[in-house]
Amino acid sequence: MKDEISRDDRVANLKGMGCSRKRVEDARFTQGKGNYVDDIKLDGMLFGDFVRSPYAHARVTNIDTSAALKVPGVLAVLTAADLAPLGLHWMPTLAGDKQMVLADGKVLFQGQEVAFVVAVDRYAAADGIDAVVVDYEELPVIVDPFESQQSDVVLREDLVALDGSIPPGAHGPRKHHNHIFTWSAGDKDPTLEVIANAEVVAEASMYYHRTHPCPLETCGCVASMDKVNGKLTLWGTFQAPHAIRTVVSLISGIEEHNIRVISPDIGGGFGNKVGAYSGYVCSVVASIVTGKPVKWIEDRMDNLMTTAFARDYHMTGKIAATPEGRITGLWCHVTADHGAFDACADPSKFPAGFMNICTGSYDIPTAFLEVDGVYTNKAPGGVSYRCSFRVTEAVYFIERMIEVLAIKLNMDAAELRRINFIRKEQFPYKAALGWEYDSGDYHTAWDKALATVDYAGLRAEQAQRVADFKAGKTRKIMGIGLSFFTEIVGAGPVKNCDILGLGMFDSCEIRIHPTGSAIARLGTISQGQGHATTFAQILASEIGLPADSITIEEGDTDTAPYGLGTYGSRSTPVAGAATAMAGRKIRAKAQMIAAWLLEVHDNDVEFDVDRFVVKGSPERFKTMKEIAFAAYNQAIPGLEPGLEAVSYYDPPNMTYPFGAYVCVMDIDVDTGVTEIRRFYALDDCGTRINPMIIEGQVHGGLTEALAVALGQEIAYDKMGNVKTGTLMDFFLPTAWEVPNYETDFTVTPSPHHPIGAKGVGESPHVGGVPCFSNAVQDAFRPFGNIHTNMPHDHWRIWQMANKLGLHG
Amino acid sequence: MAKKMHIKLKVNGKEEEFLAEPRELLIYTLRERLNITGPHIGCETSHCGACTVTINGKSVKSCTMFVAQADGADITTIEGIGAAGNLHPLQEAFKEHHGLQCGYCTPGMITRAAKLLEEIPSPTEEQIRFGMAGNICRCTGYQNIVKSIQAAAAQMNAAREAAE
Ligand code: FES
Ligand code: FES
Repeated sequence: MKDEISRDDRVANLKGMGCSRKRVEDARFTQGKGNYVDDIKLDGMLFGDFVRSPYAHARVTNIDTSAALKVPGVLAVLTAADLAPLGLHWMPTLAGDKQMVLADGKVLFQGQEVAFVVAVDRYAAADGIDAVVVDYEELPVIVDPFESQQSDVVLREDLVALDGSIPPGAHGPRKHHNHIFTWSAGDKDPTLEVIANAEVVAEASMYYHRTHPCPLETCGCVASMDKVNGKLTLWGTFQAPHAIRTVVSLISGIEEHNIRVISPDIGGGFGNKVGAYSGYVCSVVASIVTGKPVKWIEDRMDNLMTTAFARDYHMTGKIAATPEGRITGLWCHVTADHGAFDACADPSKFPAGFMNICTGSYDIPTAFLEVDGVYTNKAPGGVSYRCSFRVTEAVYFIERMIEVLAIKLNMDAAELRRINFIRKEQFPYKAALGWEYDSGDYHTAWDKALATVDYAGLRAEQAQRVADFKAGKTRKIMGIGLSFFTEIVGAGPVKNCDILGLGMFDSCEIRIHPTGSAIARLGTISQGQGHATTFAQILASEIGLPADSITIEEGDTDTAPYGLGTYGSRSTPVAGAATAMAGRKIRAKAQMIAAWLLEVHDNDVEFDVDRFVVKGSPERFKTMKEIAFAAYNQAIPGLEPGLEAVSYYDPPNMTYPFGAYVCVMDIDVDTGVTEIRRFYALDDCGTRINPMIIEGQVHGGLTEALAVALGQEIAYDKMGNVKTGTLMDFFLPTAWEVPNYETDFTVTPSPHHPIGAKGVGESPHVGGVPCFSNAVQDAFRPFGNIHTNMPHDHWRIWQMANKLGLHG
Repeated sequence: MAKKMHIKLKVNGKEEEFLAEPRELLIYTLRERLNITGPHIGCETSHCGACTVTINGKSVKSCTMFVAQADGADITTIEGIGAAGNLHPLQEAFKEHHGLQCGYCTPGMITRAAKLLEEIPSPTEEQIRFGMAGNICRCTGYQNIVKSIQAAAAQMNAAREAAE
């Protein structure tokens, strides 16, 4: 048989890995035909909503629902007393703690769920909420984690024994009734010794403020209990649908095969939609009680005040070095404010997430990290907002410590980084705090970044600007923000990563149809990352069928294989690997079929783009399309009919994407207004599956980084009132505030990943926050700034300028 | 419960007539009563623009308008902007230039952009960024949204010129 098209065209036709395939999701979304959870409508569906606490700490002495039950359209009002007989008034958290579903005698943070009103629609539910009368007795409020550890006020009476002693928690002994855990990594005494004897030690205390992922779509669900067949269907904004099914089964007692969890289209997640929330539990119970489907959708205020805060880390560091700038040791202590319940979304063995990646991209021989988790009267959460389990905090910490050390040494911060980078030949590199970095080439990336932005030229311009400012010729100063980050993503190896005992593998199942198209189902769920597009590309390259002929399906636990979901940039490293491995199983069987069809031995055929060819005779081949058909219509001796495969992938290690970012910023010292003149982002995420989508992820992640660094925060007053509960006060950048970004890349494939990919969704956020913050701080470095906490909004920058005497 | 009001609307060319409480918000009418789920809810405080529709030729955030205020109005939502087989150039351009990720902001974004291009057929980047500042996107960082709008504007202007 002769080929009509060239090999290059055959490759192009597949739209496989490496091409900027346009997204298959977009046709629906651009026409308003997405199917998000709030778009789901079922016959007789009811709407549930919460009565929430106005107080941050109070006893609930009485809840009177009688008037609410008389409101037209209200069908039921659930309180803790109704849930208690079912054992559902509390639920387990992801962090080994437990959390009230509805206020059980007291409330511990403002906005806490007190009662659940079920009504025919939103308006009736709101009327019902108004009519519920709750009596509160106010208690002293603690919003400061340092004060909390000294205070006599007991936040969690349920965690104090009757004799007043403090039983250990899920992560070991507790030092005080408001203390949750102490977790450490590295070698304490050797680190203290290095620091005590070092010639140069720089120190800093920094607060990485509380913020929130705030996806444009809030959290929500629809629960529908079919009493006839005993099956519960739960649609919701779940980043981990299979884990949610297991959790629902464990806490409700409904057998897992009778629960179907479906994540429909999700309007952004960024970590917000990983946890289990009261709304899910109450909707399920309400559906069981009323026999009708029940929908619960957060409003924006509920979202910002109650589900899934991020960060809130008070970090103190000491970094030791030689006078030439060679780093010899690093010490870090964190006081972590976890709010009222420890609901952090981390792998079970890592109560501070992967904070122990805080030695960053540097070869630091000795290090020690200690984290104290503390309860306060703030909302629970502690999710990884566009990052892999506290990597954002870790990278911010080390990238600030480097800058502070550069000031102490009176050195250029770019050069200080360069002389301390882990060198290419040191990989795989075992870091002092335990991780084994799989691969990297930091010097190449750094040099490329600095050359592209003309770093030396920028520094010269900055020096001139300082001179002009001092001479009274300008009121604008200039900052050069640098950051070099190493991420740790793709959680993860089952041997050390689990959530509630579920190993963090992921999965892919493929069915090839007789006419040469396919469906693949995965354990992950897209929230905008474009899985339907990119996973088809991986498969196209692996199995030689066009991506356009491959449907990707995720998010339905009745059909998809079990997986731990999408967060922490784990889809590509884990599910992407499962996809490639399942594809290879398909290919292995296809090889046998091809050999049989071509009447040669299995080993005499080889895969080539979209076909198997007889080695040495490229004109003798069978295309994957032909092989697919043969799998269903030929009786091949020794082979089962059909062409299907499933793979559960347990990664041998994490992947370690890295990158080099530079931000050039002008700051008006009189108004505090920042202007980002240039932002250059070089990312190395290993093998690149779809450059267009990678670039989009980088733009988005940088914009979320800009938000966090320059103004976004969840702030509380002393009474525990949330001061930033609407989009009026909670900063989300608009097109007007956001610059254009320059993107670039190097490629250092992961040596242990089947296709060498490392994941990218979160890198720009992790690397972006310190880069924006460093730009602000660098602008003020010539005037004496050492460290100033984020967020750097205009008012705070004005205060920085004022404190440094720049207002004359 | 307050007395219901008699409301008449024209939505995407179709006449609608019903009784509604005075407190009923337009986004609720669209999504729940008329089952037009393209416009989304992101904040209900006029900040995010996910609910943007066109009312009598103006971009309006339907989450902060009572349906009673819209009585008699002519309303266009994303569903009325273009559909399969007859897409608006913006719908094509957003796909072509990766102007969306999760898609949640997209209906409001495209509805607003369509109006913007009527107001300013050849906008500068600055005019686009300013004109779209009422619509928040959490995913894209806007760069590709700006690119998509520029591409659609160029295409629409070329088509207009060719027609003249
Ligand atoms: S929902 Fe209307 S502006 Fe946000
Ligand atoms: S694409 Fe997700 S909010 Fe814009």
